[in-house]
Amino acid sequence: MEKRFAALLAGVVFGFGLALSQMVNPAKVLAFLDITGNWDPSLAFVLFGAVLVSLISFRFILKLPRPVFEGTFALSSLRTIDRRLVLGAVLFGVGWGLVGFCPGPAIAALAYGAPKAVLFLVALVAGIAIARRLPAGKPSS
Amino acid sequence: MENFTPLSAFAGGLMIGAAAALLLWLNGKIAGVSGIRGRLLPPTKGDVDWRVLFLGGLVLGAALFRWLGPEGQGIAIDASLPIVVLGGLLVGIGTWLGSGCTSGHGVCGIGRLSPRSIAATAAFFGTAVLTVTFVRHVLGG
Repeated sequence: MEKRFAALLAGVVFGFGLALSQMVNPAKVLAFLDITGNWDPSLAFVLFGAVLVSLISFRFILKLPRPVFEGTFALSSLRTIDRRLVLGAVLFGVGWGLVGFCPGPAIAALAYGAPKAVLFLVALVAGIAIARRLPAGKPSS
Repeated sequence: MENFTPLSAFAGGLMIGAAAALLLWLNGKIAGVSGIRGRLLPPTKGDVDWRVLFLGGLVLGAALFRWLGPEGQGIAIDASLPIVVLGGLLVGIGTWLGSGCTSGHGVCGIGRLSPRSIAATAAFFGTAVLTVTFVRHVLGG
């Protein structure tokens, strides 16, 4: 029960932050990525604020023997920067740059009732299904 | 620069970081949206509820902001329907292969100074900027 409430609470705070910062707005995201055009650097402050909190808080949290409601921390043990990681990040970057949606904002955008956000999510789920069938797509960690 | 909104962006970023800290501290989980979404199907017993609640929370949080926040702050998805589909596919494939997106690598991974996440974030930011530059100033110029 507590675990479920914690997940919901984290989701709500995250979603509120996405909307407040306008990360949820593809037009704003594309204006941020358009550094050689009419650049709007606002969203750099989103990453700055979020990383500031995670950098400081994770140091303390990961020194705890265990999380509050679970037995262990679920962290990736992968260490190597391999082709799969870089290829995936590059493909993601192209998709992000084409539309202005990354996964979190695309889901949060459902609160705005935008049909294109639904379409994007359907394609995203199809993309995951395709990737799972690729030779390189077998899950690791 | 008329749309420069550093304060709301920074505040939203702090909330996103706080949400990631909450989920790690309470449930021991990384708040990576693509990972939370991607491992939902096929469902693993006992591992479904928190994922659905977190993702539902994203929508709820954004809805809450729409209700409480300034009026008329909508979103704009300018990409055409085929591009929305192409972008969604690429984001789905890329985040699966690359094991993460803006939240998992960008916020959480950098928060724990993971070399993989720092490399992935550099790669997807770089290609997203190149994509926008190409679409807007080479094709569209």
